Amino acid sequence: MQEIIQIVPLNWYILFATVLFSIGVIGVLFRRNALIVLMCVELMLNAVNLLFTAFSAYRSDASGQVFVFFIMVVAAAEVSVGLAIIVMIYRNLKSVNIGLLNKLKW
Amino acid sequence: MVQYVFYFLTVLALFSACMVVLSRNPIHSVLYLIVTFFCLSGHYLLLNAQFLAVVNIIVYAGAIMVLFLFVIMFLNLRQDVEPPRSLLWRMAALVAGGLLGLVMVAALKQVSMQSPSKEGFDSQVGLVENLGQVLFRDFLVPFELASVLFLVAMVGAVMLGKRDPGEPTI
Repeated sequence: MQEIIQIVPLNWYILFATVLFSIGVIGVLFRRNALIVLMCVELMLNAVNLLFTAFSAYRSDASGQVFVFFIMVVAAAEVSVGLAIIVMIYRNLKSVNIGLLNKLKW
Repeated sequence: MVQYVFYFLTVLALFSACMVVLSRNPIHSVLYLIVTFFCLSGHYLLLNAQFLAVVNIIVYAGAIMVLFLFVIMFLNLRQDVEPPRSLLWRMAALVAGGLLGLVMVAALKQVSMQSPSKEGFDSQVGLVENLGQVLFRDFLVPFELASVLFLVAMVGAVMLGKRDPGEPTI
């Protein structure tokens, strides 16, 4: 079987990761549910992970994949704290609508 | 053959990413996000990064998404109570995100990557053996610091989730 790096140009991976990242940004702006906002942040992190892996594979350099590993570590820590904050918000406001948290704007 | 797998995984990943944003029910969003993560794991396999493919399934599709589902069911958010944003806001969000994507695509379109040489390519780079060597030799200090980060996150989550004695339950 042929290797994918001989068949698929790297630019397609860049394009794909960019579109995925943009969908994540649109989701963060689009939704009011704090949980879905957090999920869209995960989507953005995964787009970056894919790009790191693609560059690492195309250049045969393992450092990129180690970096993806560290991004996953940070994402896991972020999700655990973020969900704890969301549970806390729900306990106080009985809602996870981020529109109710508008005092944080000023 | 390989490029059809690439197309299939890409289209499925983009579709399910859109559905994460668009579906009204938070549980459907979580399930679509799991589909996206499986597609990305397929991409990692295509790129010869087997370790990352497995870790992606275990950590993201396994642990993190179960945590999301657990919180959704815990807070009983199955029915959507979130009032939708106004039409103007949604259009503005779409335009802002779309413009960001457009600018990035336009900027990156002209970048010319030199195609990888056949002799310089090492198919073993993403295997556990090689990654372990790199991780524990060159990146040992960040690896140990990651454990401190996890400890801090764990303490923070417990502290945030703990109830004061007089506080009502959920």
